[in-house]
Amino acid sequence: MKFKVLKKPPVQGYKSFLTTLFSVIIALLISGAFLMLVDVNPISAYKDMLIESLGSFYGLTETLVKTTPLILCGLGVAVAFRMQLWNIGAEGQLYMGAFGASLVALHLNVESHFVMITLMFLSSIFFGGLWALIPGALKAIYNVNETIVTLLMNYIAILWVDFLVYGAWKDPKGFNFPLSAEFSSAARLSEYFDTRLHTGFFIALVCALIVYLLIEKTIWGYEIKVIGSNSKAAAYAGINIKKNIMLVMFISGALSAIAGFSELAGVQHRLQHAISPGYGYTAIIIAWLAKRSALGVVLVSFLMGVLFVGGDSMQIYYQLPVAMVSVFQGLILFSLIVAEFFKEHKIIMVKQQ
Amino acid sequence: MSSCILKIENITKSFAGFIANKNVNLEIFEGEIHTILGENGAGKSTLMNILTGLYRPDSGNIYINGTRVNIKSPKDALNYKIGMVHQHFMLVNNISVFENLLLSMKLDSFVINERKLKSKVKEILREFELDIDIEMPVWKLSIGQQQWVELIKLLIRDSKILILDEPTAVLTPQESEFLFTFLTKLKSQNKAIIFISHKMKEVMTLSDKVTILKKGETVKTLNRGEFDEQLLAELMISNKEHLKLEKSAKVFSKQILKIKNLNVKNDKGLSDLSDFSLELFEGEILGIAGITGNGQKALAEVLTGLKKPLSGQIIVNDQDITYSTSKSKYISGIAHIPEDRKTMGIAPDLSVDENLILKNYSSDKFTNFFFLNKEKIKQNAREQIEKYSIKMGYDGIPVRLLSGGNIQKVIIARELSENPLILVALYPTRGLDVGSAEYVHQVILDSREKGMSTILISEDLDELLKISDRIAVMFRGKNMGYLSPESATKTEIGLLMSGKK
Repeated sequence: MKFKVLKKPPVQGYKSFLTTLFSVIIALLISGAFLMLVDVNPISAYKDMLIESLGSFYGLTETLVKTTPLILCGLGVAVAFRMQLWNIGAEGQLYMGAFGASLVALHLNVESHFVMITLMFLSSIFFGGLWALIPGALKAIYNVNETIVTLLMNYIAILWVDFLVYGAWKDPKGFNFPLSAEFSSAARLSEYFDTRLHTGFFIALVCALIVYLLIEKTIWGYEIKVIGSNSKAAAYAGINIKKNIMLVMFISGALSAIAGFSELAGVQHRLQHAISPGYGYTAIIIAWLAKRSALGVVLVSFLMGVLFVGGDSMQIYYQLPVAMVSVFQGLILFSLIVAEFFKEHKIIMVKQQ
Repeated sequence: MSSCILKIENITKSFAGFIANKNVNLEIFEGEIHTILGENGAGKSTLMNILTGLYRPDSGNIYINGTRVNIKSPKDALNYKIGMVHQHFMLVNNISVFENLLLSMKLDSFVINERKLKSKVKEILREFELDIDIEMPVWKLSIGQQQWVELIKLLIRDSKILILDEPTAVLTPQESEFLFTFLTKLKSQNKAIIFISHKMKEVMTLSDKVTILKKGETVKTLNRGEFDEQLLAELMISNKEHLKLEKSAKVFSKQILKIKNLNVKNDKGLSDLSDFSLELFEGEILGIAGITGNGQKALAEVLTGLKKPLSGQIIVNDQDITYSTSKSKYISGIAHIPEDRKTMGIAPDLSVDENLILKNYSSDKFTNFFFLNKEKIKQNAREQIEKYSIKMGYDGIPVRLLSGGNIQKVIIARELSENPLILVALYPTRGLDVGSAEYVHQVILDSREKGMSTILISEDLDELLKISDRIAVMFRGKNMGYLSPESATKTEIGLLMSGKK
């Protein structure tokens, strides 16, 4: 007896959903076994997780707050992946966006909330977009590998923000913590329903809709798809590849930069050390799981939000180590990837003759 | 009677949703040239990939010298002395011939004994009278010579079964002749040769046996003497009707394209076209003969805007379009069937619908402002698929999963959809089976009736003589002159192709 992997026509519709559901259940069973090992009742743990992240109105808004930067970074990465541009620099672009927003918030004295927020938004897009345009231009003009450049530029951006919050922009009243001064109230996004849910979430949704329309419905989106599929055919069809590489990288960087803007103006209200716990890296997994589709990014990001918030609650209520939570999150992601595999492949057993 | 070296019994192989090989049976004997004949998509490549260990069959048996074997990987295939020359050579371009050969040698010591190995290679070169400098980097060799290197690789490994996948598709007539003597010599050394080809003439002169595959199944194996061109074509093509090519007599008066003293250099700074001039009349099919690599590709690329010329002029209908981009050239009426359909002609992961609008996706027909009009695109696809009877698995299938002939139909449908003035067709029937090739010819002739002019660049003289109104010959980037297909002989064309006036 031995096993053989065969391709099959892709599963569609409700069957596809059932495959995913089934694989998630398996992941829950496996991590349930782990939980039982540390004397935690898995059913009540899962129940509390869901209640914490989805069960109450406050919990739901917390999940959406976590989802916001993931959607924006996920979109940025997905747009670039569409064109086979392996931009893994969303983290750095987020930091540069945060830098751009802080530059305005800390140094311009504008009273009007609307003007202030608009300027912060544009400034973050400008800096994050340019940050991604550098590897884009290097790729377009000199054919430099964008994966390495974007990765390395992450460190530069993160250290640049550290340089500011440990130095020039450090809040004199901040007890020597690596923090900038707090933003004025004009530079903060509105919050809703007495929770931490802020306008950034709605900006992320609008961005997702725009990216969806751009990629799926417009002429430009078609050009991007053709370049991503075969750049020689694109050149043959008269599509300007260099221009599009730079444009897509700018857009990709700008989307991640909006995540930086939204985190600062919506949640943290100041520039500080470690503003992102790795949203830009998680975004790579999100874009991949979402198969580079804009609406998929929204769904997957929400799921990630649930895992983040639910994971926090497991740490708090059950005193579980953070590693346990990572195991749980890893198992869920892993099973999702396995589900994708089984939608296009089947394994059969063959009798050895 | 020589012995059966390879026996294939009831091999079946299926891929997602379709069966590529179904109960295929085949027997290959030592010292024979056995041709596998079949249309595109008949399952020839799948079968060869099974023999060379790239695919594993779902069921069926393979016997070598009577023992049942299990070919699990290309390495296994080599151990069983099966070797293949692929259509696209598997050579490392930047290193020398000798270093390429080293890759396929079994070295028994850690230190390379260069002198000993070189003398071994030279012996093979002498034996087969191959004129090749083994210190030369591979990219400097002609296509024919590169093919020799592939064959030498197999000889060094002492392969007993040699598979050649359309070996003459890339060769000049002279190079093909040489290859045939080469193969005949190999045959006399008791090697078994599996020969895959579409060109009837070669099949007739070379084969000891022919096995015909159709839709993944073996139709018949015929011995020399039992087959003729007519019979083979009938067995291979699904519908027996032969397309007859009828061409109306025409008088050409209106000049539509004029190329004057065009100069183009390639990336290495060598001349691709030097003072090249050409005239094309309305409604004419102008065949361009020439050995591959004499500037045909550059001509097509300049005409379609993929390359910029250094000097010279291209005039279409009294309009100078020398430096326009490919898009504006397409709009001004020059369509292009590129040389390599898979690497250039299509976006492989996109659907047939989307590939059909690759050239005119931004035209008003398919857009509302800057949005695509999906309904119109779908409708256009429906029309073209029906008109050119494009066969595809399911709706929305990525175009790369179509067979070669159907991919070519997609490209032709797209290129002709805007009723171009001029079609530049680069080797449009290369690698296509007889049925698909005839179809392509028919489409070009139909368009000729509607007044379209065609520049048909081909290496197949039979094809050129069959459908051209005039033939021009290219040699080292120059136009050697025009010939009339009615009066010209192949020898005449051959001489011009090799630069003799």
